[in-house]
Amino acid sequence: MNQKKIKIAIASGKGGTGKTLISTHMFDALMRAGETVTLIDCDSEEPNDKLFFDGKLVLEKDVLQKNAVIDADKCKFCGKCHEYCNYHAIFYLPPAKMIHVIDELCHACGACTVACKYGAVTEKDMMLGTVRQYEIQPHAKLVETRMRVGVMTPVPLIKAGLQEIHNEPWILLDSPPGTSCPFMQTTLLADYVILITEPTPFGLSDLKQSVETLKSMQKHYGVIINRAGIGNRDIYEYLRDEDIELLLEIPFDREIAYHYSKGELLTQYQPEFQKRLLTLFNYLRDTYGTGSN
Amino acid sequence: MELAVISGKGGTGKSSITAAFASLEEPMVVVDCDVDAANLFLVFNPQHDEETVYIGGEKALIDKDTCLNCGMCISYCRFDAIAFKNGKVHIIEEACDGCKLCSRVCPANAISMVPNDKSRMYAGRFRYGKMVYGRLAPGEENSGKLVNMVREKAREVAQINHIENIIIDGPPGIGCAVVSTITGTDNVVIVTEPSMSGLHDLKRSIEICRQFQLKVWVIINKYDLNKEFSQQIDEFCKANQIEVVAMLPFDVSVVEAMVQCKSIVEHNPDSEISTLIKNAYYKILQA
Repeated sequence: MNQKKIKIAIASGKGGTGKTLISTHMFDALMRAGETVTLIDCDSEEPNDKLFFDGKLVLEKDVLQKNAVIDADKCKFCGKCHEYCNYHAIFYLPPAKMIHVIDELCHACGACTVACKYGAVTEKDMMLGTVRQYEIQPHAKLVETRMRVGVMTPVPLIKAGLQEIHNEPWILLDSPPGTSCPFMQTTLLADYVILITEPTPFGLSDLKQSVETLKSMQKHYGVIINRAGIGNRDIYEYLRDEDIELLLEIPFDREIAYHYSKGELLTQYQPEFQKRLLTLFNYLRDTYGTGSN
Repeated sequence: MELAVISGKGGTGKSSITAAFASLEEPMVVVDCDVDAANLFLVFNPQHDEETVYIGGEKALIDKDTCLNCGMCISYCRFDAIAFKNGKVHIIEEACDGCKLCSRVCPANAISMVPNDKSRMYAGRFRYGKMVYGRLAPGEENSGKLVNMVREKAREVAQINHIENIIIDGPPGIGCAVVSTITGTDNVVIVTEPSMSGLHDLKRSIEICRQFQLKVWVIINKYDLNKEFSQQIDEFCKANQIEVVAMLPFDVSVVEAMVQCKSIVEHNPDSEISTLIKNAYYKILQA
């Protein structure tokens, strides 16, 4: 029988609810079970997954963006590029014969290149960050996307990381926080999204926003409650009223927090937890998986 | 004085600490710049005096009846946001960056641009003064611009009402929203926690603050969850001439306060954690 394959995104509106905790544990559990799995850390602003694993660097790619460059000597000051730029990234002052691209605002869309009929616009490579692929075990890869400090948006890094998917049976995507562009870029490809939250008013408010977004994207999703036992019960009522699947609860435990802070995973010392995770994964794959990744 | 509270890593306690700072004096202007996951309004339940629409760029829209399905737009789009689907040209809305190039090159004029107008800025009152915050609609970009708008409004409100201090709750990460949150502030407090992730992200936050030559302070939250690591962070900060202005213990009453829509200083004013936060605030204020 042909086993199904699945891409699971691990996301949350609120930061610090445990995306990385769940992603690294899922990856570790699948790896220990001998499954072929790739974890892509799409939180390019703060990639942390690699901190938990030792592995051999097998691939390193710089992620570049083709920013526009305008040659003021060739420019006829017709203003067309300035008109075409939808990001107001072209500083344009015809009386002073001044024109240049503001790198921080340029999205490398190519519109000004198309606009210019005088060959004054060329492109240069801008370094946005790096995608690194590590072999943790021969069947388990970790892809880290890392935005350079000072770069404004992680989206091109996320896209570059997602290109490292090669039909592996298990793909895990550790998503950036929030529900804006970077989150959407990550979850767009996923067959299933696991939302991590905590039972507090902040957690609930941000969860609602994530759920609304995933609904509009017509995604399948479920919830893991981390630090269960703190806060209040409102989140459980919300899940019941909205008929959202509660996949797992992880109790708040100083012991877990302590081990995790040192980079140790529960799956390394609690076989019971490993078993629970695998049961959940198999259920998700059988229910939401597809023929190829 | 403008004070921004940020952290690289999410969930370290930015909003709880900001809420505590904002309850220490009256009147105060409190600002939520975490426009992607705004939370402070839950604690302060502000009354809105003003609601402003924020236009965060545009998205392309194809008129299927006019479209010739020639695919010209696909060859120009650099965001992989247009593709053939069942023989028809189709825009992947989530991937569209709003550059408008497709609309400009379309020979049939079949593509128009629709503004993203679901995001909002709110200005109003809360129990200790004025509050300004933004809420970014899902899937939208350019949150840095919304943050700029929120901060400008906050400065205006402070000036009109003669309020001296502005406390800003920032977003996680190091991207454009963070840069917009911290530029031009007098003090930045980075909240971290004693873990490998916490330290890793703290270093990136410090780097971004250094690029803008800002006065930085660090608060280690939940320091007692791993005391050795807190020590390590403290030493790292010392080596970089940054003062750790508070080490806060893990305290469940912080969550209890949140559940009751209060800041920890209001909920449990005499607790150790409230005292530490108070001391930190006045130390920064007097520096």
